[in-house]
Amino acid sequence: MDTIQKRILAEVADLHAVPEGAYNIRANGQSAGRRSTANIEITSKPEGNGIDIRIAPGTKKQSVHIPVVLSESGLKETVYNDFYIGADSDVVIVAGCGIHNCGTQDSEHDGIHRFYVGENAKVKYVEKHYGEGDGEGKRILNPGTEVTMEKNSSMEMEMVQIRGVDSTDRVTTAKLDAGARLIVKERLMTHGSQSAISVYKVELNGAGASADVVSRSVARDDSYQKFDACVVGNAPCHGHTECDSIIMDRGRILAVPSLEANDVDAELIHEAAIGKIAGEQLVKLMTLGLTEAEAEEQIINGFLK
Amino acid sequence: MLELRNIRFDVDDDAGHVDILKDVSFSVPEGRFVVITGPNGGGKSTIAKLIAGVRMPTGGQILFDGQDITTLSITERARLGVSYALQQPVRFKGIQVVDLLRIAAGRELSMSESCEYLSRVGLCARDYISREVNASLSGGELKRIEIATILARGTRLSVFDEPEAGIDLWSFQSLIRVFEEMRKSIERSSILVISHQERILNIADEIIVVADGRISQQGPRDAVLPSLIGTASALSSCDRLQERG
Repeated sequence: MDTIQKRILAEVADLHAVPEGAYNIRANGQSAGRRSTANIEITSKPEGNGIDIRIAPGTKKQSVHIPVVLSESGLKETVYNDFYIGADSDVVIVAGCGIHNCGTQDSEHDGIHRFYVGENAKVKYVEKHYGEGDGEGKRILNPGTEVTMEKNSSMEMEMVQIRGVDSTDRVTTAKLDAGARLIVKERLMTHGSQSAISVYKVELNGAGASADVVSRSVARDDSYQKFDACVVGNAPCHGHTECDSIIMDRGRILAVPSLEANDVDAELIHEAAIGKIAGEQLVKLMTLGLTEAEAEEQIINGFLK
Repeated sequence: MLELRNIRFDVDDDAGHVDILKDVSFSVPEGRFVVITGPNGGGKSTIAKLIAGVRMPTGGQILFDGQDITTLSITERARLGVSYALQQPVRFKGIQVVDLLRIAAGRELSMSESCEYLSRVGLCARDYISREVNASLSGGELKRIEIATILARGTRLSVFDEPEAGIDLWSFQSLIRVFEEMRKSIERSSILVISHQERILNIADEIIVVADGRISQQGPRDAVLPSLIGTASALSSCDRLQERG
């Protein structure tokens, strides 16, 4: 891999060297490295359009890294990655995609991730998106995530997109069986004329299932964001969605939180707030010696932390 | 060190033209502890905001160490050495107590330094250092963190707007100790406090009484305080409890 690819890898996966545990690194549509371990098997799909990751039941404290790097202008790909997470396992999965586009053609990576989380399994999933390069070509990421959670499994998803992605249309769906627990933490910042659409549909199908979908976002310059989160309660369950946004400059934000209860014991809550940075917050940090721009940066960094 | 000359501040709002401050002049000499008191609505908080640069006066001059700072921004004044503790501390989502202390100090702080500032305002550092400065903190906790940021700045002039508001009686003693320590530890430093609590007036070198946009009395504590006892300008702890209802 060249230095640009290595730098992007560090941005999206905090990887500075070959990761420990299982990994699959995809660079410009090709495999740039793969390792399976005794409990985690990574294989290419026969059609050649993605990989299967199989985690053996009872696998504990292990990690899988599957970063994607695009540094060639005009590359467009759709990749299907399926994760089969065995019962009683406890693993960390780090995905992420970085695009460096200096050319005039659009670069696009559409990653479709399907998770089958076995009974009592525990997964932490981290996904970072990043774009850079000063070409006219757009950097486009349209991820699709489908999560199927069996009884008493839990999954925590951290989705971060802070810089450089021109256009995102993300759809995340999840179906939870009894006692399953899903936590989603989304952090999003758009700038320039970017557009980001994030749609969640979470179905709580078993008794005691719970979901907490929280998005914090900042829309600067002329960017546009849409956050559409729907939690459906089909059983006695707990669901919560929250969208908290800072709007700046000429940014636009549409928040569409929705709830659907099909069971009398479904307890569902949604919260949504959009507002600019409070003047008193700027004043307080300026009295500590920061300039207005520095104060703004601190407030945003904290908010998206 | 600090001098206000013929300060006027007026606003035009729905109620028409309002003179908040009519002609206010006073100075805070080096090494002094000065308390501004007076009835509510008299313009005390406005004076603090004008000194910090949060509001700009309609007329008059503000000098700091002989330099005219009347038109300087909040940031410029802060960097010259003016600190301002707000009456209503601000909440921030995601910013931790340790971040705020680091920003205040203007440098990286070791864990023990941060803890030192928090202990001085009576907060157990272990419990608070990583807390977010958000709605999960009570008004009293925020107020003490606000004071800790002023300690971390360690500037020569510190202005506190009603530092005791929301602080319980235990912390009252500690608050007074904090002021005393500040005076000792920062060379040639002065403290200006806005308060109508008798206990704070009791430790003042000088007292300024502001009422109806003007200074009605000004002088050494012993000359001014006796006439204030029992009025709204010098509430005792019991009055204060009654006031809260």
